Parts: sequence; C-alpha cells; structure tokens
Amino acid sequence: MADTIKSFVRMENIYKDFPSVKALQDVSIAFNTGEIHAIVGENGAGKSTLIKILMGVFRETSGEIYIEDKKVDISDPVVSRSLGLSAVYQDVTIADNLTVAENFFLGNIPKNKFGLVRWAYMYEVAQKALNALNIKVDAHSLVKDLPVGQQEMVVIAKKNFDRSKLIIFDEPTALLTNEEVEELYKIIHTLKSEGAAIVYISHRLEEIFELCDVVTVLKDGKWVDTLPVCETTEDELIAKMVGRRIEDMYSIRHFKPGEKVLEVKNLSKMGKFENISFELHKGEILGFFGLVGSGRTEIMRSIFGADAYDSGEVVMNGQKRSIKSPAGAISLGMGFLPEDRKTQGLTLEMSVKENINLASYTEISKFGLINLKREQLNANEYVNKLKVATPGIYQKVLNLSGGNQQKVVVAKWLCKDSSIFIFDEPTVGIDVGARAEVYKLLQDLLKDGNAIIIKSSYLPEIMGIADRIIVISEGKYMRTVTRGDYDEEELLRLASGIK
Amino acid sequence: MKSNNNNNSIFKRFTRVAESNLIIVMVVLILVLWLMNDKFLSFVNVTNLLRQTAIIGVLAVGMTFVILSAGIDLSVGSVLAFSSIIASKLMVAGIPVWVSTIIALVSGSIIGALMGIIIYKGNVPAFIATLGGMTIVRALVMLMCGAQKIMWLPDAVVDFAVQRYLGIPAMAYVWFITVIIGWFVSRYTVFGRNIYAIGSNTEAARLSGIKIGINICGIYAFSAFMSSVAGMLMTARLGSGVPTAGQGYELDAIAAVVVGGGSLFGAVGSIPGTVLGTIIIASIRNGGTLIGINPFILDILVGSMIVFAVLFDQLRKNKV
Repeated sequence: MADTIKSFVRMENIYKDFPSVKALQDVSIAFNTGEIHAIVGENGAGKSTLIKILMGVFRETSGEIYIEDKKVDISDPVVSRSLGLSAVYQDVTIADNLTVAENFFLGNIPKNKFGLVRWAYMYEVAQKALNALNIKVDAHSLVKDLPVGQQEMVVIAKKNFDRSKLIIFDEPTALLTNEEVEELYKIIHTLKSEGAAIVYISHRLEEIFELCDVVTVLKDGKWVDTLPVCETTEDELIAKMVGRRIEDMYSIRHFKPGEKVLEVKNLSKMGKFENISFELHKGEILGFFGLVGSGRTEIMRSIFGADAYDSGEVVMNGQKRSIKSPAGAISLGMGFLPEDRKTQGLTLEMSVKENINLASYTEISKFGLINLKREQLNANEYVNKLKVATPGIYQKVLNLSGGNQQKVVVAKWLCKDSSIFIFDEPTVGIDVGARAEVYKLLQDLLKDGNAIIIKSSYLPEIMGIADRIIVISEGKYMRTVTRGDYDEEELLRLASGIK
Repeated sequence: MKSNNNNNSIFKRFTRVAESNLIIVMVVLILVLWLMNDKFLSFVNVTNLLRQTAIIGVLAVGMTFVILSAGIDLSVGSVLAFSSIIASKLMVAGIPVWVSTIIALVSGSIIGALMGIIIYKGNVPAFIATLGGMTIVRALVMLMCGAQKIMWLPDAVVDFAVQRYLGIPAMAYVWFITVIIGWFVSRYTVFGRNIYAIGSNTEAARLSGIKIGINICGIYAFSAFMSSVAGMLMTARLGSGVPTAGQGYELDAIAAVVVGGGSLFGAVGSIPGTVLGTIIIASIRNGGTLIGINPFILDILVGSMIVFAVLFDQLRKNKV
C-alpha cells in the first residue's frame, strides 16, 4: 500500500459487543479522500454497525477512530456531523412537505437583520448547489412532489452542501430506475473528484465493479480483506463473503409446468395499467420485469384484492372469481409478499410466533379462541424449516435482520398453506446468503406444486429464476419472453417501451 | 421456556415481567401514602377507593383495546352518561332493572360501533370521530332528560352500590370481571391478536387477510360497551341518572392505559399494565385528597404522570 495516500478516516481495532452478539471484532478500515470504498458482506456481517459507529448512533466497545490523523470521539450524531461525516440511507429522510431549498437549510434558516427568512437567497443558493451536481430539480418544488429517485438526489446534494467530507451511501440504488442509477453514478463521481471520501454499500456486486475503487469484505463481524476493485472478480468477492460461486447463485431447478391455476384477462385500471392478460401454471415461476413505477406492483395488488381494478377478469382453477379484498384472495389460496416488508409485510412490534401465524388464525382457532399449542407448533415448524435466525419464537420481529424478516413473511404464507405465491421484489435489501436461501425456498415451493409470480427489477435475478418473463412498460403489456430466449438488452429495451 | 437463562432467582424472574417497574412504583406509592396518613389503608378507605376506581378501571379496560389498535376514544365519558340516562329512564318507567340494563348496554355499544364505522369507512381519524361523538352524545343525553337528574330509581340499583361480598364492594367485582374478560380476549382470542396486528401495522394486517373494518368496529363497540358498564356502576353509585356524569373521565382512562405502559402508537401495552396504571392514578387522587393536597394540584400530578410515562417510553426506545 502506498503510504502517500492520506486517509481521511481511520478506524482501528474496532470492537462492538451487543448483549447477545459480537457485532464487530477487531475491524480496521481506512477511508481515503477522493476514493470510492465499497463495503460488502452478508447481512449481519457488521456493515451497518460499522457505519452507525461512524455516524455516532452506536458507541464502539473498544477501538480508535482517527480523522486526518487526529483521534476523535464520536459520542453522538451531532459530533459526527460536525466532523463532516454523513450518510444517505435507503429510506430517504427529509421533510416531505417543505421545498427542496428549505430542506437544504433545515435547522439553519438564513435570516435578515429583522429576523425574517431570506427566501430569495435560500432558493438561489440551493439551486446553485443542485446545479453544481447537475441535478435537474427546481429548488422551489416540494419534496413530496418529486419521484423517489430525485428525492434521493436532493438528499445527496444537501449532504454535499453541508460540506460533508465523507459520504456513506447505504444501498442507494434500491429504489432507483436504471437511468437514475446512471445519474447517481455521475454525481458520486463528481463528489469524488471534489475530494470527498465515499463509502458505498450495496448488495448488487456489479455496481461495485462499475463504480468503486477499493472494496472491503466483512464476514461475521470480522475484516476479511481489502483490495483494489480492478484486481478482483465477483466470484472472488462472493467466495470471500460466503464461499459460494456466482453461477450457483441464480440457478434454481425448474419443473415441468402443470395445469393452469390462474388466468388474468384484460385487467385494467385507469392511469395504472391496461389490458394485462396472462396465465400461470403449477410448478412455474412467472416473472414480471419492468422499470420502477411501470405498474407491476399495482397489477399484483389488484390481483390480490388489495386495490380495486376497473375492468377485466381473474379466473382461478377454471372458475371466474371476483376478488374484492386480500381476505378473499387468501381464502382462494393466494399469498402476497409485498415490496416493502417493514411497512406492508410485518407487524414489527409483534413476535415471530404471531407474525408467522398472522394469516392463519382462523384455521387454528375455534369460536375465536386460539389454539395456543398449534400456534406455537406452527411457529417452531417454520422457524426450523426456513432457518430463521432468531433467539426464539417470542422475539419481536423488529429485532431480526432484513433477511430473517423476509423469511418470516414467507413463513406466514407457507403456514397458511397457499398455492399461488406473489412475490414483489423478494430479495430487495437482503444479502447474498439470504438471497440464495430465498431462491432455495422458491424451488421447494415449485417442487410441491405451487405456482409463483415474481416481480423484480433486478435483471440477473429474474433471468436466473423465471420460466417466463412478462415485460411491462408504463402499465402496458410489452411481450412475454420464454426461458432460453432471454436477452438482457432486449428485456431492457422492452422495459423502456421500445418494441 | 421464554429464556434459557440459568439465573432464576425470584428477583431476576420478577424483573423479566414487563410490568415489574409499575409494580414497584405502585408499592412505593401506596407505602408513602400510608406513611403520610395511616387511614389510607384502612378498611373504610380501601373499599371506598375500590368503589371509585371501579368506574375508571372499567373504562380503562375498553380504552386499552382502543389504544392497542393505535386509536383513541374520547367519547367514553359521554357514552357512560348515555347508558346511565337510558337505563334510568327505563327503570323509572317501570321496566325491570335487568331489562333496562341490557338495553342500555346494547344501545351504548351501538354508538361505539357507529363511531368505528365512521373511523374505518370514512377514514376519519379516531381522535376526530370520537371527539365529535363525545360532543354529540353528551348533547343527546341533555336532550333526553332535559338536563335534569333522573331520580327515584328502584332500590335494587342503589343497594348494589353498597353491597359487599367477602367485604369487597360489589362494584369492584364488576371491575375485576371486566379485567379478566379484557385480559382473556387480548391474550387468547383471534380478536385480541387482530387488535395488536392492526395497531402495529394496519396495512400488513390487511394484506394478511385480517378484515380491518369489522375489527375496528368491534374495538370501538367494545370500548363503548365498557363505558356503558361504567355508566351502570355510576348510576348505582349516584343513585340516580345524572346527565353530566363522567365528564373528563376519558382523560383518567387514557392516563391509566398510558401510565400502565400503553403506547399511543399502538401494539404496546397490556391489560395487567392498565390495571396497575388505574390503581396508581386512583391512589394518587384518593391518597392525595386524604393527606389534604389541593385537588387542582392532584390534577397537575396526574397530568404530569401521563407526560412522564410517555417520555419514559420514548427514552427507553431511543436507547436502542
């Protein structure tokens, strides 16, 4: 390693113990100015803990942190910010009902000598900051009126405007469209060239090869390796993270499709989607690919009865069904894993046991009284089956990691004995290892004769696991592509609306 | 079963009970009040205390369900008066006591179900729907009885207030029964699980097939049913139907739940916690009066307790 590169932040021999886990053990890592440093590792590898120590959310149990060779004590988030450290999280956190400019000056609104707000000045400065990063957003617009992608850009611009010297990106592309990802890369490069140290966390390894300079691998709270990105490969990184080859990642066993279990005819909803028709067979995974916001989630939700649709038919096992509520869909054997497990899939304050049984209480009760024995048996059965890492079935779901939370949502539908599963982005925000387990799970579901619909915006994943892919663009059906004819460029073209 | 911790000393086990903090607060409070005035734990005062507490206690059981579902019910005091006046009017008109009581309980519950429908179907925040309910129902009560007390109720009603079994006032038994029902429903029934699920995440509950509408209706109907039961107790205690009865009681009921560990954000709280909260608040009011504290000061105390209970909850949450 060249000694000439001066580290901006150095974390040395960091340990962090939580009551039940050693989250970090003897991790040393340095972030340099003008460098994009990726951190990879499975969920629970300690990435978030490391970042939260830098952000002042957690205190390290032992170890030292240096900023420009001066030892610092990051006792709380305010200290962290004053040291020029900042983070952009997956879920964007800004004040929705204020304008972009107001968000820039939040907590530090410029006033004139009469103590009145200097509006013109605020808008001017904020606009300049946005323009500097080539972000095409009007500083006067309300944040809530912007698409999610642009909100994220605004947050980044604000961090830059706050003169952050180290910016951490935690899964920044999870909610972005492909074009927005390109834009994000450009912005990150601008920040880098202006001398910021960048920390980049993502489960999507190809992003790291496109964007980053250096990569550090963490595993089980320990440092594994730090190496220049140009000297490694995806295979090597995955091997270091989990000991699994990339070809094995998306390969799942396919089965011969059986009879038709679901048929959707000309499903339409004003302004969301129109004339969607497809069939789903036993033992098959049907993929829905498209850009973020193309209407796929709305289609899934309408089929499941979560939202109403205007016209069209849903036929299940040869019978026309009018599904008016999730309860109706569930009684016909459908299960739905929503896009956002935290806001739609789980009751976080409740236990693993209760979440697993949540859709099944009518079966395990008599006259409204729960059969507690069966409730407990169900929970234990699926915790074991899906290898949910939890201290026990009484643990609140809130305290589980993302991958394990996802398993709990899956367990809920397995427990209910559904036969048609709709997965909306099943692997968003979960790591390589947990992802492989989700795929294994899908395979098991197919083997048992279930049928699966998957919505994913992640091409390698959907190409790897789907038997057929339906491409949707702006609410319109584009084409169905069958396994064997998959072509990345063609799928992307279709998704962007080009036939 | 819950933990494979080897250290099973009584103290360790005690601290693992969610309500252990509250039990300590309650015991200390009772001891302090007793030291300041030894009449506090006298037979006469304890029975009096139980009689006073029963009414708020019953309201608080219903309020616990509402708050667990992340809602609020401001109408409990008005529904209390409503059922009291309905029952009194019927009794004075010569309808048997038990028939009058059933009619009062049912009509009270219907008001709650109606508010539930407005909250769910109309997507009206519970605060607004029950605030409106509180005002409207109170006005209805006034119209029904011309803002006059209804007197000359059957002796059986008045007798109930002074009746005791094993030395304990009959009114307290009513409270105990509602507590047991509330505890049982919240722990062992699908409805109970649904309440927690809705309070924790309504959308996740809906997508899991829980019918939100019927459950919300049930929750507010249950709360109104409890308010009506409290209305019957109030009628017995006052020996008449008083149209202004129960004013401001919603605050003590909410306070009992919150002091008992209930979170206004839903899904956190329990019936045992509420019972402890009820006793703590009632002891402050009763014991405070006994040792001669100005009742307005007591209001300040109770108000502060609500704020501190929530503050404490938030601090604990932020400690990661």
